[in-house]
Amino acid sequence: MGTIAKIHDMLTSKECSCTELTQGYLDAIEKANGELNAYVKVTGEEALATAAAVDKKIAAGEDIGLLEGVPMTLKDNMSTKGIETTCCSKILTGYKPIFDATVWETLKGQNAVLLGKTNMDEFAMGSSCENSCFGGAANPVNTDHVAGGSSGGVASAVGGNIAPYGLGSDTGGSIRQPASFCGVVGLKPTYGAVSRYGLIAYASSLDQIGPITKSVEDASIVFDAIAHSDKRDSTCVGNSGVTTYDKLNNDIKGMKIGIAHEYLDGVRDDVKEAILSAAEVYKSLGAEIVYFDLPILKFALPVYYIIACAEASSNLGRYDGIRYGYKAAHYTGTHDMICRTRSEGFGEEVKRRILLGTYVLSAGYYDAYYKKAQNLRGTIVSAFNKAFEQCDVIMAPTVPMTAFEKGRAVSDPIETYLTDICTVPVNIAGLPGVSVPCGFNQKGMPIGMQLIGKSFDEATILNAAHQYQKAAPEKFTNTKWGVQL
Amino acid sequence: MKYELVSGFETHIELATKTKIFCGCTTQFGGDPNTHCCPVCIGLPGTLPVLNREVVRFAIKAGLAVHGQIAEIAKMDRKNYCYPDLSKAYQISQLYAPLIIGGYVELSSGKKIRLHHIHIEEDAGKLIHRHGDTYVDYNRGGVPLIEIVSEPDIRSIDEAREYVERLQQVMRYIGISDCKMQEGSMRCDVNISVRPEGSEEFGTRTEIKNMNSITNITKAMEYEYDRQVDLIESGGKVVQETLRYDDVTGTTSSMRSKEDAHDYRYFRDPDLVTINVPREEVEELRAEMPELPADKCRRYIDDCGIPEKDAQLLTKYRRISEYFDEACDGVKSPKTVSNFIIGQMFRRTETESDKEVFDIATTPAQLNELVKLLDSGKIRNNLAKSTLEKMLDTGKGVLEFISESDMGGVDEGALLELCKNAVESNRKAVEDFLSGKEKAIKALVGNVMKNSRGKADAMAAEAKIKELIENS
Repeated sequence: MGTIAKIHDMLTSKECSCTELTQGYLDAIEKANGELNAYVKVTGEEALATAAAVDKKIAAGEDIGLLEGVPMTLKDNMSTKGIETTCCSKILTGYKPIFDATVWETLKGQNAVLLGKTNMDEFAMGSSCENSCFGGAANPVNTDHVAGGSSGGVASAVGGNIAPYGLGSDTGGSIRQPASFCGVVGLKPTYGAVSRYGLIAYASSLDQIGPITKSVEDASIVFDAIAHSDKRDSTCVGNSGVTTYDKLNNDIKGMKIGIAHEYLDGVRDDVKEAILSAAEVYKSLGAEIVYFDLPILKFALPVYYIIACAEASSNLGRYDGIRYGYKAAHYTGTHDMICRTRSEGFGEEVKRRILLGTYVLSAGYYDAYYKKAQNLRGTIVSAFNKAFEQCDVIMAPTVPMTAFEKGRAVSDPIETYLTDICTVPVNIAGLPGVSVPCGFNQKGMPIGMQLIGKSFDEATILNAAHQYQKAAPEKFTNTKWGVQL
Repeated sequence: MKYELVSGFETHIELATKTKIFCGCTTQFGGDPNTHCCPVCIGLPGTLPVLNREVVRFAIKAGLAVHGQIAEIAKMDRKNYCYPDLSKAYQISQLYAPLIIGGYVELSSGKKIRLHHIHIEEDAGKLIHRHGDTYVDYNRGGVPLIEIVSEPDIRSIDEAREYVERLQQVMRYIGISDCKMQEGSMRCDVNISVRPEGSEEFGTRTEIKNMNSITNITKAMEYEYDRQVDLIESGGKVVQETLRYDDVTGTTSSMRSKEDAHDYRYFRDPDLVTINVPREEVEELRAEMPELPADKCRRYIDDCGIPEKDAQLLTKYRRISEYFDEACDGVKSPKTVSNFIIGQMFRRTETESDKEVFDIATTPAQLNELVKLLDSGKIRNNLAKSTLEKMLDTGKGVLEFISESDMGGVDEGALLELCKNAVESNRKAVEDFLSGKEKAIKALVGNVMKNSRGKADAMAAEAKIKELIENS
């Protein structure tokens, strides 16, 4: 498997040069991307330039860092200086940021090799990646199925071996859900662990950047690299110097893993079975499984859609065609220009959420919707705190189902919203959650389990996830695509 | 029927912090369009605001200056509206938890205009219309503002004028803003309604937006008062609406009615954390506060024996009052210092802005030296006045113009000789005095002063002359 550790070893042992490796990935992208549609922009030139610099260092006998020279990708909502960043929206056509997102600045500083920008649902709104102005990304396990969303491109690229790892963003499940669909690992960190500076906002109080990787160990490595406080993001406090990597191999004997009954309600049987059998694995590792109720969860989805849409309606107000991005070709006057630019530039789902958000914040409705949702948000936070008095980690399905076939999400938005039911509570409560492959359905589509931790306790969920991966490696399979290392 | 005017003000004041409220760009006025900008203040996608703590500190000072309550916890909200000069399509402001609550501005009558609250927010950019096109300049975008919202306590145009002047004065005193209405660093929205005198109920109000001079405020209020009264008298009704004032025609016209009012969809800005204001910080700022004009004025009247009118003049601008304070150091008669400032120095600083800058060639220390000579009787008032003129012309000290011999005064023996001489050579005046004409003594004193070239002490001379006459 093309993990970070493996690639690092290959580079330091000079099994291959960084340039050869990078070229290998670029060739694989060229071959596979037509079908996977994971990348919306490939940055070959920049990638090879970085690779050459790394090779020089290696040739000079210098030590290189763990992420140095390792190819990777970024979801297209992270600002990259001089490289078009569109959020897969027509309205940002041609927009080249003049600054780097903090996460990219950090990784670039460590000579990460950026292969390109990956596909996503427009402005991260969606669960299938099909709301992209570039068309959806395919699931590398079975290309008739969606990769999931919104970070579908990263999950498809990592699952399809055309990127060793990538950064996605998760507002209501956008890292964990596609990771689950594509059979890879996805970590949504605690709100405030990773800087959002340069991440083009969907819902600011929920958005969080995190890694999508082939292994739990890789998720830990990348998370440790990007979890730092940032003076440009006052909501970001970092991970206060704790490294999760050192704790991956802690013994989980006696760890209390909680299962909330509500998380298993309405979940497909095959998914439920996979989760319960993963619980058995944990038991065999000496962990204790405790069951409890978390009835407040039934409010999570409406709370999520009210808060996320409200914030989105404000965040997306700046796209008016005046300063950057798409501008309508024909118009009469400023007002008409803004109307036409938005009508033509935004996709259907984005328009739907802006309208919803505008509605819930408007005079006379604020109290009935937004304020109530904020109050419930507080209640959900308390309920999780209480649950964590009984257990160290909460275990749940990532998605109540496996990756659906292409086209279904578009036809039924409400059903698609329901796929977020297991992922959104974590965002509402600001908690960390990791999705780990834990089985397959009859058609061979991957199933993901989610481990939810206490605030800023990524170390414990990654520890538990890593121990599971060691105990059940067969749940982590490879696809035929891309670079086979 | 007589109608009473009811008015409340929303006053925006640009804070004189070095950098903008959410980024490190300069707040300097002017500059080529879009040169005082960065990704944050032009709201590029993905950027985040980070609150400049200095803005909070300046606003707290403003709050302390108007006796407001400083909140322990304040929050930032988004005020959403779409306009090209607002790069994010929302203004970061405060609605639900403002930094300052309550407070008041005291007028000279002793009446207090209560304040509802003061909040901090960012300014928007500017639209420039040229050659039929519209351009945007974001230099002003993100400049910190405080908005001071008063209760509808103002009852006359005079009170309105004084309210604005008082605010301007106190905010300049504490150094948080230059409050230049013509440059837009202070702007007022005026809410105004009328009601029959004696009525308790408020009438329907209109709001005149963006007033940029005190003259225009008073003119607009006069016009709007008359308009509303005429409307009611003729059986009509005042419609709640937002107005703009045209200073060329001197009339107000409608910008938008209540139905078209913006729905700003305020909500807490998720990009900014709660602002905690520890009490220690408030006390620290309180300790840094200069003496406020109202307190100074009271002190000048009570402790320095300055007439109220003069005290008002001395305290109108901070620099003048500081000049006065320095020049008074150790002098016997602060009133003399005040007279020199208000008399001779004000003649040289005619306009209000001259007075504000108070760029005077003579330093407070030099004036102090002059007044002390006067105090000690070494020089006389006339000489002091003419010397001060020379000092003001040249910036030189008093000793450049007055020699030791001028300052010697007249000793006891010499004074006696001068007085004797005066009595002997003016028998007519002596007789007049003896026959009850008190004023005749002045002629004798005048003679002494003349012969001493103004150096003699007139009081002492008068006493000596009286003594000579009575003993003769």
